[in-house]
Amino acid sequence: MSSVEEYVTRIEEACGEDKQFIVVLRYDLLKEAIARILERAKVEKSISQVVFDLDYGGVSFRLYSTGKIIFRNVKGEQKLKKILGEILL
Amino acid sequence: MLDPYKIREDFPILKREINGHPLIYFDNAATTQKPKQVIAAIREFYENCNANVHRAIHTLSQESSELYEEAHEEVARFINAEGMEEIIFVRGTTEAINLIAYAMSFQGLAKGDRVLVTLMEHHSNIVPWEILSEAVGFETEYVDVDKDGALQFQSLEDAISAQTKMLCMSHVSNVTGAINDVKRATEIAHEHGVMVLVDAAQSVPHLPVDVKDLDVDFLAFSGHKMLGPTGTGALYGRRELLERMKPFQGGGSMIKNVRFNETSRRCSISFNDLPWKFEAGTPDICGGVGLTAAIRYLKDIGMENVREHEIRLAEHAMRLIKECTKVKIQGPEDTSRRCGIIPFNMEGLSSHDVALFMDSYGIMIRSGFHCAQPFHERLQLEPTARASFYIYNTCEEIDRFCEVLKEIENL
Repeated sequence: MSSVEEYVTRIEEACGEDKQFIVVLRYDLLKEAIARILERAKVEKSISQVVFDLDYGGVSFRLYSTGKIIFRNVKGEQKLKKILGEILL
Repeated sequence: MLDPYKIREDFPILKREINGHPLIYFDNAATTQKPKQVIAAIREFYENCNANVHRAIHTLSQESSELYEEAHEEVARFINAEGMEEIIFVRGTTEAINLIAYAMSFQGLAKGDRVLVTLMEHHSNIVPWEILSEAVGFETEYVDVDKDGALQFQSLEDAISAQTKMLCMSHVSNVTGAINDVKRATEIAHEHGVMVLVDAAQSVPHLPVDVKDLDVDFLAFSGHKMLGPTGTGALYGRRELLERMKPFQGGGSMIKNVRFNETSRRCSISFNDLPWKFEAGTPDICGGVGLTAAIRYLKDIGMENVREHEIRLAEHAMRLIKECTKVKIQGPEDTSRRCGIIPFNMEGLSSHDVALFMDSYGIMIRSGFHCAQPFHERLQLEPTARASFYIYNTCEEIDRFCEVLKEIENL
C-alpha cells in the first residue's frame, strides 16, 4: 500500500510565521510527485514553471520545482499528512 | 588584499551547479566550505598517521599525538593564548559552553548566585544556563540589547550585583552580525569580580581575535565555521581557572591514575594535566589535524585581510539590497560595527519563501530564527532571511543575489 513517505522525505515545522510546514519531496520521484500535485490541486499562479501557488480544498500552498513545498495555516502534522495523501497518492 | 577568485580555486564544492545554476554559498554563518588543503590533511592523516593519541609508545601513536598536540598549539597561537594548556578541544561552541556551564555548576555556582546572559545569544548560550539554573538553583538573568542588537552597557552595569558570578555574551551576533565591544564588557565585569564567557563562533573565523587583549576568562568557537571539519571546536580558558576547575566528563585520557583502595572499596583518581584533564575519551584527532590546516590557510591569507574583504562584501550587499523597496535590512548600518552577516525581511513574503526562491536559483541562504528566538522577539523581528559571506564570496555573486532578490520582489 502506498504511503506519503513514498514521495516525501522530510516534513519540518518552520519557526514563526503562521504555522508553516516545509515538505521536501524525494528526489528520485520528484517529477512524478510534482505531476500528481499539479493534476490534483488548482494552480492559482505559476512563475516561469519554477514556482506554483496552489489551492487544494481551501488550503493554499506553494510548490517549488526543486521539490520543496510550503504549507501555511495547516492545523498540525496529521492534517498535513492527510492533505499530502490526497494530492500525492 | 584578498583575491576571492584565486581562493575559490581551492574549494572544489564551489564548482557545483545547484538546480541548474552555479552554486552561490551564502550560508557561512551556519558552516563554511572546506578548501582542498583541509581535505588533503584529513586524507593524509587517515592514509598515513592514524593511531590513538597518548596511549601507546609505537611510532604511529607518537606521530598522531604530536599532530594532535600541534593542533592545540596552532589554535593557541591563532587567538594569542599562553599555550596549549589553555586550549580544550570540543565538538564546537555549543559543547564548549556546556562544558563551562556544567563544570561551574559542579563547584562554582550555587543557589542565590546569578549568571548574566545577553538577549542576543544563540540558544546554545541560553539553554545550558536555564537547564542548570533549575538543577542547581542559581538565577539566569538577561541583559538587554539596543535596536541593532548590540549589548547595552548601561543594562549590563545595572544588572551586575554582588551575587553575579558570570557574564555570558556573544562577540558577534549570529543574527544581525553586530560586533560587541567585548573588551569593554569584560572590564565592567571584572571590576565586579564577574567571570566572562564569550561565544566567539561568529568572530574568530572572521576577524583577528586576541584573548589576552580582550582579557576574557573563557572563549568558545567552532572549527567548521572557519574552514575546518564539522565536529571540531575549541574552548579557551584562562590557565589558573582551568587548573582550579574539576573536569566536566570522566574517562580515559583525562586521568593520570585510577587506584582501587581495598580498605575503602573506592577508586581514587588523579587528573591529568591541562588541557587533557578536560578531554575525556579518544578525541577527534583527525578533526584537530583538519582544524590545523584550516587555521594555517586563514593565517596565510591574514585575518586583517579576511575582515577587510567581508566589510567590502557587506557594504556592497547593503548598497544593492537597499535598492529593493520591499526589503528591510536588520542590524547596524555601519559596517565597522558588523560582520558579513546580512539579515533581512521582505514585505509580503516569509523568510522561508525567500530562501526557497533563492535555492531555486542555486543561492544558499538561511531563514528562520537562526537559533536565537528570544533575540528576534526582543527586537520584534519576524524570522529573517540571512545571507552571510566568507573569503571565497565575490561582489559578482552578490550582484546575482540582488538580481534574484529584485525578481522575487516583483513577483
